[in-house]
Amino acid sequence: MTTSGNTSQNPAMVNEGAVARFLRATEIDTRILGMIAALFLIWCAFDIYSGILRPNTGLFGGSFLTPRNLWTLLVQTSSIAVMTTGMVLIIVMRHIDLSVGSMLSLIAVASGVLQVYQLGPSLGVGHPVIWILAILTALALGTLIGAFNGYLTAYAQIPSFIVTLGGLIAYSGVAFLLAKGETVAPMDKTYKIIGGGIQASWLGPFWSWTLALLACAAIVFAIINGRRQRVRFKFPLRPVWAEVTLAAIGSFTVLGATSIVNSYPWPPKVIEQYAIANGIVIPPGVENRDGSAICMVADKIVRCTEGLIYYTGYAIPVLIALAVGAIMTFVASRTRFGRYIYAIGGNPEAAELAGINTKLMTVKVFALMGFLVGISAVISSARLDAATNALGSLNELYVIAAAVIGGTSLAGGVGTIYGAILGALLMQSIQSGMSLLNLPAAFQNIVVGTVLVVAVFLDQIYRRRVK
Amino acid sequence: MAKASKAKTTSPVKKAAKRPASKIVVAENPSTTPPASNKPLIEMRDISIAFGGIKAVDHASIELHPGEVVGVLGHNGAGKSTLIKVLSGAYKRDSGQILINGEEVTINNPRDAKGLGIETIYQTLALADNVDAAANLYLGRELRTRFGTLDDAAMESETRKVMHRLNPNFRRFKDPVMKLSGGQRQSVAIARAIHFNARILIMDEPTAALGPAETAQVGELIKQLKADGIGIFLISHDLHDVFDLADRLTVMKNGKVVGSARTSDVTQDEVLGMIIAGKCPKGAVPGPGALRDQAA
Repeated sequence: MTTSGNTSQNPAMVNEGAVARFLRATEIDTRILGMIAALFLIWCAFDIYSGILRPNTGLFGGSFLTPRNLWTLLVQTSSIAVMTTGMVLIIVMRHIDLSVGSMLSLIAVASGVLQVYQLGPSLGVGHPVIWILAILTALALGTLIGAFNGYLTAYAQIPSFIVTLGGLIAYSGVAFLLAKGETVAPMDKTYKIIGGGIQASWLGPFWSWTLALLACAAIVFAIINGRRQRVRFKFPLRPVWAEVTLAAIGSFTVLGATSIVNSYPWPPKVIEQYAIANGIVIPPGVENRDGSAICMVADKIVRCTEGLIYYTGYAIPVLIALAVGAIMTFVASRTRFGRYIYAIGGNPEAAELAGINTKLMTVKVFALMGFLVGISAVISSARLDAATNALGSLNELYVIAAAVIGGTSLAGGVGTIYGAILGALLMQSIQSGMSLLNLPAAFQNIVVGTVLVVAVFLDQIYRRRVK
Repeated sequence: MAKASKAKTTSPVKKAAKRPASKIVVAENPSTTPPASNKPLIEMRDISIAFGGIKAVDHASIELHPGEVVGVLGHNGAGKSTLIKVLSGAYKRDSGQILINGEEVTINNPRDAKGLGIETIYQTLALADNVDAAANLYLGRELRTRFGTLDDAAMESETRKVMHRLNPNFRRFKDPVMKLSGGQRQSVAIARAIHFNARILIMDEPTAALGPAETAQVGELIKQLKADGIGIFLISHDLHDVFDLADRLTVMKNGKVVGSARTSDVTQDEVLGMIIAGKCPKGAVPGPGALRDQAA
């Protein structure tokens, strides 16, 4: 029972607990809340367990909840996260795309061959046209292949499962032929910035904080704007405390994440190279030893407060993933295109009768998926600094699993972008956590597969209870 | 409201869609009923459509005047729904003509039909179950802000107004329509059909899923719409409904028209005979589907 009843005109609402009242007033999706809780639980468990095996500087004495690991986790998630935003829309439309992994390999190899074997020798290594052309080629190729998948699905009326299963097999074959079975490397210097593996792709604390503050301002603006809309049309309003709480939670998350990435220092080697390249005097005691600590005083590792230290801040691929997530959320919820995707998923026949060109929509959504695979292909190959025909293998399954764990229903019509991104983060957390514990890859696969099934099972139970 | 007409229609004729919305449903004085003109509002001539050798509709003709309710009757598979789906653009006819106010029009898809002011309430309701009432009401002709994004607030606001007239108890504007009751879903489907100034309304079994009170409500609504000069095709199994609401009726059997009559000129038993046996009674104008010996 709660005492203050400022929002409860309805007598039924008075009897609910504080938590229920809070959730209803803020209109937070309880499913997502559950996912976030699960994510934190997994993070804490990994940190505690890794701490027992080998104590480190993590929140609970382990090595999972350290800035270094969380930063890496974000970078590792970005490729899958980008693709899963498109997969949500595909699945919502009652289709599936099994070919994204092979497509990623093919696009990465094509872009790699273009820059390494074609443009590199003819323009000269490092020419600024190379990376631009390589990225544009990747995006265009992705869009084209996606549109082709969509065309076969919509107009030739072959089930998307079959079209993309064929694509899964065929595109990796094309990738192999293009690469002649070799690893295509190295990538263009500027192109590599997209991957987040080099110093030039780290934003640094100043720009990270600037972006974070802008994001907070955007959150506050969105909340105020939403409230203004509700006032304009005389819709029921959320209580002010709920609005403030939402703004606070949003800002806190953004600032918290920013402070974490801003406390992960550059690896010692990079600092050393940077210092030498820029003529910066390295303070005495800075050495290149294993681990992230680089400041040493007489054989003892000390906190790097006085030594030469630079913090990474957000990496470019993470920002790309966040931007894609934001844009795709906007597309899905605020545009006619997105509305049609959900309507088609809910009832294809009704959408057709409402005058929606469902076939063209299918082509467009698959093309969008291909475009996103193009982005991910650039991220993956830039991060690896190489392209191989196996670069994207099994990615399709991770992408689909992330979408499904994030609450996308394979029956169509239901799914959110942010849920899928959280799903991607959850899966990557489990994988990297187990790598951290030195568990064998076979064991990791078993756990990831189990998590997928269990997550869907829990979701089913939740949905049944809500109904 | 004028924004509604911004919805892009690729239809060849856009006149009807451009008209601003008026208060169709709240028209309280039936004295505005236009005089029955000689020119039919809509005329379907010799429509035929076949699915893989089966003639679902075989040279059927039917007409509708402004402010008139025409019941279309027949067994399951008699072709009544198919004929009417040709008009609503869901099916493309193989042959025949469609005339509106005497002018031939092209209807190749649902967008064409809507552009001509032909709205349909399907038996299945044709609602996207996973989105809310406003999204369904405006499906295919969403209101947009000046930035081109969906204007959900404006759509919800309009939906609240139209639903308030149709179903004053309706409150669940944020829920996906799959969570609504049968009657509530029906009222969303009806709201969608009448909100955009239909000239011609097709109602396919509008009362099939409804209770007695809701059925009576639909009857009231049909009378109101009639008073506004809207022509209504009422497809129904239920003879009582048709005799209560329709001015004329047309009976179909095996894809052919058995006959058409004013409801006042025939009895329910005679109509039953038309449906079951294809016998055309004296009060009716026989069609190509009538039994030859009985037709005279």
